[in-house]
Amino acid sequence: MSFSWARPYEPKHPLMRWLDERLPLPRIVYGAVGGGYPVPRNLNYWWNFGFTAAMFLAIQIVTGIVLAMHYYATADGAFNSVNQLIMRDVNAGWLLRYAHMNGASFFFIAVYIHIFRGLYYGSYKAPRELVWMLGLVIYLLMMATAFMGYVLPWGQMSYWGAQVITGFFSAFPVVGEPIRVWLLGGYAPDQAALTRFFSLHYLLPFVIAAVVILHIWALHIPGSGNPTGVDVKDERDTLPFHPFYTAKDGWFVGLLLLIYAIVTFFAPNYLGHADNYIPANPLATPAEIVPEWYFWPFYAILRSFTFDFILPAKLWGVLAMFSSILLLFFLPWLDKSPVRSGSYRPVFKRFFWLLVIDIVLLGWAGGGAPTPFRNAIGQICAAYYFLHFLVILPLISAFETPLPLPRSITDSVLHGEEAESAPAGPKPRRTKTATAVVE
Amino acid sequence: MRFILGFIGIVFAGVLLISLITGLSTYFSNPPAPLAAEEFHKAPKPLHLASDGPFGHFDKQQLQRGFQIYSEVCSACHSLKLVSFRDLKGLGYNDAEIKKIASDWKTQVPSINPDTGEAATRKALPSDNFPPPFPNEVAARAANNNALPPDLSLITKAREGGAAYVYSLLTGFQSQPAELLKKFPDAKTPPNLHYNPYFANLNIAMPPPLTTDGQVTYAPGNPKPTVDQMARDVAAFLVWTAEPTLENRHAAGIAVVVFLLFATILGYLAYQQIWYEAKRAVRVTGPLEPQNQAKTRRAKAKQGVAG
Repeated sequence: MSFSWARPYEPKHPLMRWLDERLPLPRIVYGAVGGGYPVPRNLNYWWNFGFTAAMFLAIQIVTGIVLAMHYYATADGAFNSVNQLIMRDVNAGWLLRYAHMNGASFFFIAVYIHIFRGLYYGSYKAPRELVWMLGLVIYLLMMATAFMGYVLPWGQMSYWGAQVITGFFSAFPVVGEPIRVWLLGGYAPDQAALTRFFSLHYLLPFVIAAVVILHIWALHIPGSGNPTGVDVKDERDTLPFHPFYTAKDGWFVGLLLLIYAIVTFFAPNYLGHADNYIPANPLATPAEIVPEWYFWPFYAILRSFTFDFILPAKLWGVLAMFSSILLLFFLPWLDKSPVRSGSYRPVFKRFFWLLVIDIVLLGWAGGGAPTPFRNAIGQICAAYYFLHFLVILPLISAFETPLPLPRSITDSVLHGEEAESAPAGPKPRRTKTATAVVE
Repeated sequence: MRFILGFIGIVFAGVLLISLITGLSTYFSNPPAPLAAEEFHKAPKPLHLASDGPFGHFDKQQLQRGFQIYSEVCSACHSLKLVSFRDLKGLGYNDAEIKKIASDWKTQVPSINPDTGEAATRKALPSDNFPPPFPNEVAARAANNNALPPDLSLITKAREGGAAYVYSLLTGFQSQPAELLKKFPDAKTPPNLHYNPYFANLNIAMPPPLTTDGQVTYAPGNPKPTVDQMARDVAAFLVWTAEPTLENRHAAGIAVVVFLLFATILGYLAYQQIWYEAKRAVRVTGPLEPQNQAKTRRAKAKQGVAG
């Protein structure tokens, strides 16, 4: 799709030729994830997480469809259908359930690494703005799906999580409360809410899959980025996706599945909360209401607003929490630096790692019972989060002097004899000495 | 647009700063009073069971002892709603034994009188779940000073600390430390509650269930039924009720991990093989070209002579 030297599809088997003339599906697959898609040759392992995320989406859909065959979406039956029927009586039901439960976490792990890779290497910059924005749409859909999926077992955290999250809407004056009641189909989460959450939880993964196709389509117009951020110049800069990146993704997916299997089989409840094994009880609020780990940073932002400054604190929290994700849509225009890769941006690089630490700390602040110390850390980190994207990043891109870029991808791959077998990340300082030795 | 967004960022950061300052000033001007439940609460004691770890499996002898404790002690108040009698096969009982356990169970199962259609009860069958000791929550509360004994089916998964928590709680009943009463005179354990440092708020409604050694008589060949031993056994049993498929999970897990390890190593070797050429021959004029290699060798030799 992207480069003139991309290999065209040449069906060898007569049956494939027959099919190709009538429905060129193999041609599309060949051009998308086969030998017909040229990829920069210098991708490092941070580029493997897109493929991994797609695999976890597939795992979630397959396990989810089978789980739905055994699940009762009723307020009386949901908890027992999960904890007795599926966990004890369905053949390998425990495996389906634990694989689905931990698959959600690993999907988020893969997607978070994928997003941070995009942030560091400037994957959101022209001409890939739409790739980035479609990715954010996938992320938002994932959050909605994960939240509704967590409600389905109808445990204490399910119920109170639903109560808190739908409560966001009531923060908005006048219209908020009617909207909340309308969305829930009642004044509190109950049968009406559970049935519609189940329906949407089944629907949204397919919407995600559709947006993933758009995401990949939009990516294949300019082609994949790479760790130098330098555009592909000629054929020497690329390798066909298959067999090179299918092989690389293939073994790396095995490695991640290994970690996933270890958690799923030997510590399946490690990432969950004990309270969700208590049936939902609208009359007993848990000692602490905590979402799943992948929402902790946002939960920390929500909780950090404790002072009614003009608007009520809760409304500030809700606005800030939604803004913290929506602002990422503006990233291509907030960071105007023409250099994509963080490796060539000394100032940007430092602030990037500061942001990573900041978000980890936000996660810590959002994941535990609020204490004065935890709240203070959360507030400082939440403030930095907004300043980083909305103030610091535009300023850096205006004032920073980037390092010299390699002339081409191939140049940067040949950064020195001792390391030439590793098409690893750029090592700009070495380039000079390497060429000196060669010439 | 960037100015508007920058302004929004500064506003959010500003409101957070105000929240931080007001929060800190409240904290310092009016520090929160220390709570007895925070200072005297204890983390569960360590407990090692045969089911721990990736190779863990159930000690069926111990599970049967634990089941004996449940049926003779705990089941007076606590239900086991998600477990059915037929599941007891996992403890090593045979079909006849299970049938007997079910029909001898102290509470019967609600049913309908086939002649009159009136509500009646019948003996439990292996296919029935354990019938709860109280017909409903109101009855359970009425019999227990308004406290509700929780269902035990999932208790080791529904509490932080799991089996160790159950074991610590059962062996943790004690009189309130004098130190606590000196520091928190208002925190005296109320009547009808019992001091237990492993319970979240220190005062639990459940009276000590395991009080004396030999409270239950174990079949010959089993360890002495001390309070500690009984608590361990019932904790092990409750690990089984919460996770009866644990052994399957461990066995399947080991097979899957071994398979994936093998597949990943093969995949890695295939990757090395496929990339072998691509990693070395990047372009014809690269340093691996014979003439360039000769040049490099010469340069190195020169350096060696100089050094």
